[in-house]
Amino acid sequence: MIYLDNAATTRLAPEVLKEMLPYYEEYYGNPSSIYYFSASCRDALDNARQRVAKAIAARPSEIFFTGGGSESDNWALEGIASAAKGKGNHVITTSIEHHAVLNTARYLENMGYRITYVPVDRNGMVDPGDIKKAITKDTILISVMYANNEVGTLQPIREIGSIARDNGIYLHTDAVQAAGHIPIDVNNDMVDLLSMSAHKFNGPKGVGALYIREGVDIHPLIHGGAQERNRRAGTENVPGIVGMGRAIETAAERSCEENARITHMRDVMTDKIFSSITDVRLNGHPDKRLPGIINIEIDGVSGDTLLMNLDMAGIYVSSGSACTSGSPEPSHVLLAMGKTEEEARSSVRISIGRYNTEEEIGIAVLELAQIVSRLRNI
Amino acid sequence: MNKKRVLLGMSGGVDSSVAAYLLKEQGYEVIGVTMQVWPDMPDERIEREGGCCSLSAAEDARRVASSLGIRHYVINFKDVFTEKVIDYFIDEYVRGRTPNPCIACNKYIKFDALLKKALELDAFYVATGHYAKTDYDKSTGRYFIRKARDDNKDQTYVLYNLSQYQLEHTLFPLGDFKKTEIRDMARKLGMRVAEKPDSQEICFVEDNDYAGYIEKEAGDRVFAGDIVDKSGNVLGRHKGIAYYTIGQRRGLGISSGHPLYVIDIDSGNNRVVVGGNEDLLGDELIAGDVNFMPFETLKDGMAIDAKIRYKSMESPAIISPLEDGKVNVKFFKKQRAITPGQAVVFYDGDILTGGGTILK
Repeated sequence: MIYLDNAATTRLAPEVLKEMLPYYEEYYGNPSSIYYFSASCRDALDNARQRVAKAIAARPSEIFFTGGGSESDNWALEGIASAAKGKGNHVITTSIEHHAVLNTARYLENMGYRITYVPVDRNGMVDPGDIKKAITKDTILISVMYANNEVGTLQPIREIGSIARDNGIYLHTDAVQAAGHIPIDVNNDMVDLLSMSAHKFNGPKGVGALYIREGVDIHPLIHGGAQERNRRAGTENVPGIVGMGRAIETAAERSCEENARITHMRDVMTDKIFSSITDVRLNGHPDKRLPGIINIEIDGVSGDTLLMNLDMAGIYVSSGSACTSGSPEPSHVLLAMGKTEEEARSSVRISIGRYNTEEEIGIAVLELAQIVSRLRNI
Repeated sequence: MNKKRVLLGMSGGVDSSVAAYLLKEQGYEVIGVTMQVWPDMPDERIEREGGCCSLSAAEDARRVASSLGIRHYVINFKDVFTEKVIDYFIDEYVRGRTPNPCIACNKYIKFDALLKKALELDAFYVATGHYAKTDYDKSTGRYFIRKARDDNKDQTYVLYNLSQYQLEHTLFPLGDFKKTEIRDMARKLGMRVAEKPDSQEICFVEDNDYAGYIEKEAGDRVFAGDIVDKSGNVLGRHKGIAYYTIGQRRGLGISSGHPLYVIDIDSGNNRVVVGGNEDLLGDELIAGDVNFMPFETLKDGMAIDAKIRYKSMESPAIISPLEDGKVNVKFFKKQRAITPGQAVVFYDGDILTGGGTILK
């Protein structure tokens, strides 16, 4: 099998699994317990927190572990909105956010908040000027993803951060797809909240983090015990958090070479695709893009049919985003970029990851070309 | 084209679930597909329905597929279903006819859109859990359909409209089985769906409330008018011809000494015509959009048994060709409530000869 859907999820790195296991088998204590038996897992949490903080140039006290990217996104939006009651009720976000942000925004709308969904250009990039124009005296939060999960386009976070700062508005960024793949510095980027998810960078599923800059006023989403400094209740997923810490550390350490290697494979694959298939177009920004993502529109072919045929050939890619493939609707991201429904339905996303090889890339393109040819001749 | 590969429509019901098992046993590479056909409905409502193709239906299908080790996909056919089945359904009622959406679904979705998908996935066949059989006559080179072994469950009535091309690419694994045998198999295989009740209604109409559905979807195209008797005397008012069907007795709002039934829907004048039981009886009809299986066109008169609705008994009749491709059907015994828009289907023993849409 050839797994080319790393944007959906990634394989757990063996060294990460190794580091997690003792926290299932031996050091399984509840970190909140007073006895010595739990000391080692309290240390482990500490350690992981430091690693995550370091990876985004934050302070450990600003890292809060959650159950994943969706929870972090929900928390950021609802938590800020709730804390800002009385101060304002307007949130600015974009039309290409992940559903975890969009649906939370819609939920807030039902609760009486006003949401502005800023559009994107043909490459899927937000114009900081549009964000600025949307700001009102009631704006309490701006939420713009760091990089888009479907087409990979990198957003101008730094410029937006600057605008947010000038206006005294918090900036949240859903960095689920970007963290662990490109260097992030929350200070340079002037970001106040940031969502991350471990399974996107060879860590375990079911664990993520929300970076909350010190001083940011936010209410908890999950109420209960005093875990995560009273901000996020629930017995900590120690093995998961340990895994996340290890995974992000590895990713940050190797980031330059990994980046270069994956970008190279991406470019090679893109070239091969364009030279073996006609009437193909690249979706997303040509260079301001995540290292591993190739989103292409193939004329005259249904993306879903392509996926299924590739599946039967043992090659795994996706169309739209994994979360929406249960109800095959055309990608809201592609539609927001100005594509027609038909164009959106003819697109597939390939995402290269750590364990892919050049040989796999070659085979995948060959198979893809054969399938496209057969489909075009029906 | 891969003749060992078949795309099976899986509704999550016990029939298509066991069909998957049977096809796999026969050596086919089975790809299970649950069709998404319902237009955007709030999910809670779809869940309550639990009928064809809701999320939970897709889940049931997925589980069965997984237990059999076959692939399963959910494919969106909403647009073509809306166009070819739902719109047709509504339009027919608005025109005063009584449609059979399952026939349209088979013609345009299951054995057309789904068949196209099969070919795109390099599968030669499309299959369903219909109780029916396909057969091939070497001497004529033609495909046709035979009734299923289980006459109580026989579903060939809704399949009369399939073309030679469609039949060539179709498999009906349940044709030789009785429903009770299928359920037993499902139980033995440990399928949760073994006890799932059959869906008896039209899959996209909630609670079988046709009138409510039409009103919601096309209420603005339906107007009140007069209910009249055969002589044109006005007896009452109807809410819209779309809400009535031939043979209907309830909902007329007319008190009368003897039972009154809808005997005709006069769409030209927006009137519903009522009469007594005798007026409902007829022994002749004209069918259009006819399709024949063992031969291409009807050249001479032919003796067959005809059914004028899904649940009615077959009755001996003579069919004869009319100009412009229509067919005249003359029954030996009077039939009750011949309904324009329904299908009349012809049988010769267990062979499905053909059928058409009742025009008048």
